[in-house]
Amino acid sequence: MQEELLELREDIASGIDSGKLRTDEMVLNMGPQHPSTHGVLRLELVLDGEVVVKIIPHLGYLHRCFEKHAEAMTYPQVIPYCDRMDYLAAMNNDHGYALAVERLMDIQVPERVEYIRVIMAELQRIASHLVAIGTFGMDIGAFTPFLYCFRDREFILDIFEKTCGARLLYNYIWIGGLSHDVYDGFEKDVMQFIKAFRPTITEVNNLLNYNKVFIERCASIGVLPPDVGISFGCSGPMLRGSGVDFDLRRDDPYSIYDRFEWDVIVGDGSAGTLGDCWDRHMVRVKEMEESCKIIEQAIAGLPEGDISEAIPKRVRPLAGEIYTRVENPRGELGYYIISDGKGNPFRVKVRAPGFVNLSVIDAISRGCLVADLVAILGSIDIVLGEVDR
Amino acid sequence: MAAEALTPEAVFNQLNDTFSDYELTYDENVPCIIVPANAIRDVAMQLRDAEEYAFDYLMSLSGVDNGDETLGVVYHLYSFTYKNQLTLKVIVPKEDPKLKSVARIWLTADWHEREAYDLVGMTFEGHPDHRRILMPYDWEGHPLRKDYEVPEFYNGMKVPY
Amino acid sequence: MGLLSQQFDNSNIVITSVEGVLNWARLCSLWQMSFGLACCAIEMMAASASHYDIMRFGVLPRPSPRQCDVMIVAGTVTLKMATRVKRLYEQMAEPRYVVSMGSCSNCGGPYWEHGYHVLKGVDRVIPVDVYVPGCPPRPEALLEGWMRLQEKVRDFTLVKDSSKQTTEKQVA
Repeated sequence: MQEELLELREDIASGIDSGKLRTDEMVLNMGPQHPSTHGVLRLELVLDGEVVVKIIPHLGYLHRCFEKHAEAMTYPQVIPYCDRMDYLAAMNNDHGYALAVERLMDIQVPERVEYIRVIMAELQRIASHLVAIGTFGMDIGAFTPFLYCFRDREFILDIFEKTCGARLLYNYIWIGGLSHDVYDGFEKDVMQFIKAFRPTITEVNNLLNYNKVFIERCASIGVLPPDVGISFGCSGPMLRGSGVDFDLRRDDPYSIYDRFEWDVIVGDGSAGTLGDCWDRHMVRVKEMEESCKIIEQAIAGLPEGDISEAIPKRVRPLAGEIYTRVENPRGELGYYIISDGKGNPFRVKVRAPGFVNLSVIDAISRGCLVADLVAILGSIDIVLGEVDR
Repeated sequence: MAAEALTPEAVFNQLNDTFSDYELTYDENVPCIIVPANAIRDVAMQLRDAEEYAFDYLMSLSGVDNGDETLGVVYHLYSFTYKNQLTLKVIVPKEDPKLKSVARIWLTADWHEREAYDLVGMTFEGHPDHRRILMPYDWEGHPLRKDYEVPEFYNGMKVPY
Repeated sequence: MGLLSQQFDNSNIVITSVEGVLNWARLCSLWQMSFGLACCAIEMMAASASHYDIMRFGVLPRPSPRQCDVMIVAGTVTLKMATRVKRLYEQMAEPRYVVSMGSCSNCGGPYWEHGYHVLKGVDRVIPVDVYVPGCPPRPEALLEGWMRLQEKVRDFTLVKDSSKQTTEKQVA
């Protein structure tokens, strides 16, 4: 049965009608309200029995007009909207936007600000990956890891909340600086968190990642070959899962990432085929450890200084344009900003990693089963706020 | 590959020799290469496939309303081989905003072009699936145009606050 | 039975009204439709995860609207989504309740002015029972909203509305 199914999958994927075991095609709607679409994504599935023949994604159920708002607001006022774009990685989004405007205005940011930004961005990356791992487990049918992940995520949110007063959307990283300096005892809290967090990775590994059932559900499912990934513009854990050694923190260094010792994690296909759901998932798991390393080094090197000395009184860049990209937990987040010398941007275009990564879904899920599609979608780790903006 | 990464200006000079039929121009303020609307597919193909460029990764494709009766499309390219970036621009008139699609060259351009069509409203000739992507299919107008006016009602729902 | 265990001399009888017991039963098992729209959905997830544990209020997330009592509209409702939200509401069985979570679904939130594709308040398409303010509201705020909803359920009455009756008579 298994072999027959595999054969049929290959036939369907390559468009050959072998005449075996085929039924009438059926169109099924998945979403916009569906527990495993991670929000309001709608997929129109063309099915042959249980086998997916084609997927037509329909986006835009959360299109919140970010780019229009950016044109109507002054430069600093755009930052809260950046938060709300990818609400699981608000710090990283702010970081990217602040960097883009700073480069446009030629602002040199104090050392202390850079260090705090990196610490915050990496903590946020861990928090975002924890949600991705937890919900991926839940999609597959494992509820307990979700609780473990959210438990540890709360500690990160507590640190953020102590720093800037918000749990989810921070408006913390400003153009040229930060909204607040960190509180007394911040370093201790972060180090304590890391100490407590490392065992969680092992725990999740034992509970979920090396669980036989979990591997069976993920291995060799939704294989993304590296060249297809590059052509589709995939980035982040999606592309690294396919074995492409590409991380903007190292390959297009921004902020102070070039000062730290850490490794870029790539998938190795050890559970099945290179570039399958399990590889993508494991890249996220291992990346959390690398983020811990970066945070430890940044905490050790955190210099004293004033965080608000470079914040400009009036943000009014000269006419010009810039494309800046940073490594978001989901991949390459690009801001293309055009300034016409006025107080608000002329055009802000966001290259959202989720949007681009999602576009590959039709190509990698043809010929898989509906249950596998849930795994594939979970492993892409989309945030609809960012896909639709 | 041992070859050096080319600067945008060098890329422009070489492209200008290859495509002498088309009028390419170089804007050194940005820096970017401005490509005519009918040439973009050939230029893109050359940039992706020729060994000395190898721009295999389309980072971003943005539609822009320039505000002066023209629309622009901006391509940001990246090469995994040479680790360098290049910016291309196409400028089309607002009355007849048509240019060739690059969706077959970089697969990621498929959705990016649909988005540019949806929000800014240029037509990509030869696009495999030329529909709106973010706005509802029956929406009228292109919201990111500078002269766009928000409708009072959509499907019986009041739109303004 | 917690506080009540072994507090009675004889095997006991509790005297209460029918609506009292019905409302008590209903408010302790309000099933929620797991339906996240945007940022607030993450706080809704956090509310049902380890720290805040909304399940102690008898909340059970169900994927199908037909099994649910409460819909939490967690996040920005766009015009494209609004018709779907309305349909989901119509699919729920009576009595049904709606909690509007966060500024966006209350009134459009930060998108009120330039959001050409944002519905400025979910109450323009479906009736709302409880509004939870915040952008996004903390999980505690959602729990508070949930308790307010329970109060509302507790006040539900089976008795005919006498004022309404007289007006009907007058009309007749």
